[in-house]
Amino acid sequence: MSRPRREAPGPLEYLRRWPLRAWLAMVAVFLYAPLITLMAFSFNDSRRNIVWQGFTLKYYEKTLHDAVLLEAFGNSLTIAAVSTVLSVVLGAMAAFALWRFRFPAKPAVDGAMALPIVVPEICMGVAMLVFFAKVLPWPQDLPWPLNLGAIIIAHVSFSFPFVAVVVRARMASFNRELEEAARDLGASEWRTILDVIVPHMTPSLVAGALLAFTLSLDDFVITFFTSGPDTVTFPVKVYSMVRFSVTPEVNAASTLLIVVTVILTAVALRMQGDPAAAAAHGAPDKKS
Amino acid sequence: MEQTWKNAKAVFAGALGPPLFWLVLFFLIPLGIVWIYSFGQNQGLTEISFTGTFANYARALEPLYLKIFLKSAWVAALTTFLCLVLGFPVALAITFAPPKAKTWLLLLIMLPFWTNLLIRTYALIAVLRTEGYVNQVLGWLWTKGGGLATLVGLQPLPAFTPLELLHNNFAVVLGLVYVHLPFMVLPLYSALDRLDRSLLEASLDLGAGHLRTLALIVVPLSLPGILSGVLITFIPALGAYLTPDLLGGPDSQMIANVIERQFKRANDWPFGAAMSFMLMYLTFIAIAAQGLLARRAAGGRS
Repeated sequence: MSRPRREAPGPLEYLRRWPLRAWLAMVAVFLYAPLITLMAFSFNDSRRNIVWQGFTLKYYEKTLHDAVLLEAFGNSLTIAAVSTVLSVVLGAMAAFALWRFRFPAKPAVDGAMALPIVVPEICMGVAMLVFFAKVLPWPQDLPWPLNLGAIIIAHVSFSFPFVAVVVRARMASFNRELEEAARDLGASEWRTILDVIVPHMTPSLVAGALLAFTLSLDDFVITFFTSGPDTVTFPVKVYSMVRFSVTPEVNAASTLLIVVTVILTAVALRMQGDPAAAAAHGAPDKKS
Repeated sequence: MEQTWKNAKAVFAGALGPPLFWLVLFFLIPLGIVWIYSFGQNQGLTEISFTGTFANYARALEPLYLKIFLKSAWVAALTTFLCLVLGFPVALAITFAPPKAKTWLLLLIMLPFWTNLLIRTYALIAVLRTEGYVNQVLGWLWTKGGGLATLVGLQPLPAFTPLELLHNNFAVVLGLVYVHLPFMVLPLYSALDRLDRSLLEASLDLGAGHLRTLALIVVPLSLPGILSGVLITFIPALGAYLTPDLLGGPDSQMIANVIERQFKRANDWPFGAAMSFMLMYLTFIAIAAQGLLARRAAGGRS
């Protein structure tokens, strides 16, 4: 049903009514104005960061030569990459097992898997602090990626249940006759999983990976409690900078991270195909 | 249908084993230790003895801390309410938008959601502080207004004093709304998107206005979705640490800030553990209440 363009709004075309448009514009300004000013003033040639004094890239140059900040950025990306891989594997396995099998205590396992999603971050943060202080003291002077181990473990713990939820939602649309057909045609259990089930999962694996990567890159609270004094991630570093004052260097560093986020999002959306579904994080087969 | 685990024990164990192992070792055990600590006592600087005492919980219920709990719940509730008011029209507009616009509007909401929380909070600081952009604009308008006033022969206005927009409760609520708005819009959208549109059309055809249709048809039908949006916003707002820490003043502490202090500076782990579990119980109560209300909302119709 396509309507001609210039007509009075249909009864349910709320988007074409001006009060809602004004509301949307207001919300958009509310959400974006702070971020856009932040990005704009990272190019401002003035330390005081208020009045526009002309275009400069010097704060980017400074940021890109700031060894500590770069190390923190590298750490964050490494942690995000490793914890994403682990989370996707563990999340897919959990989703598969919970989707496929009936077993005793299933509701308990189900509930426990949902726990990391609902438990407040601060509680999980202190749990990790206590765990890595008392039970599994993570050595301080390990060589680089290994010194990030504790943070990676913590990030996997809160990411993989999210991946499991996304993958399980996808598996709900799986046609089990496909699996039966594969078995009838002589495929073994593992062969069926690899050739029939995993391909069906793939879009949700991509969505889950994106989610896990963003969650990891975004996390401050849990990392703040898990990291030792020598391992600094980007949010932890920015936090210590922000505590002091608002500086153009922080603006520049933040802008870089925003750009990384936007690029990642664009790539993920392209890989996912339908952006509306992808934006809703993971119900890729919901076509309404 | 689901198959029983006995038919394929190897596959079952191979699939469920690793994630369950990880969950137990790196999530449930750490939480369990915190839970045990909450019944313990500080013994010297680093030793904690497990005495099975409830003293930590008793202390958490003292007026000083009870007030912080109540305040956190109030701030989280206010945040949730404001997000609902701001977000509902947005979700409605997205739901009934043409497909192409829908994609872009969803992106518009999702993009800040994917942006780092710390950076968004920092952006708010830059906007709200005394030398921030809001005060700059207000100051500029003030001087222009003053100039205009003298032009028409009035007394000149006194010098502009910047508004204190940062480090108070206002900033905390604003920051929490700013951060959590997408949390509210997305569940609302997915609930509204599932509505049977013919019901809305019928209501409009039969002469009800838009507001009446909203109040009598849309809201009751999407109530479970609204409740889940409320829950998804309320829980993280209740446990918020970063926003009150960076935007709040000395009197805008929330539970998470108290917990952090016990673990990092005050070094009173048992008390911090008890506070964490109080927060956790509050969270579970909120989830249970939502489940109950949602069931009633769904049950009332059928």
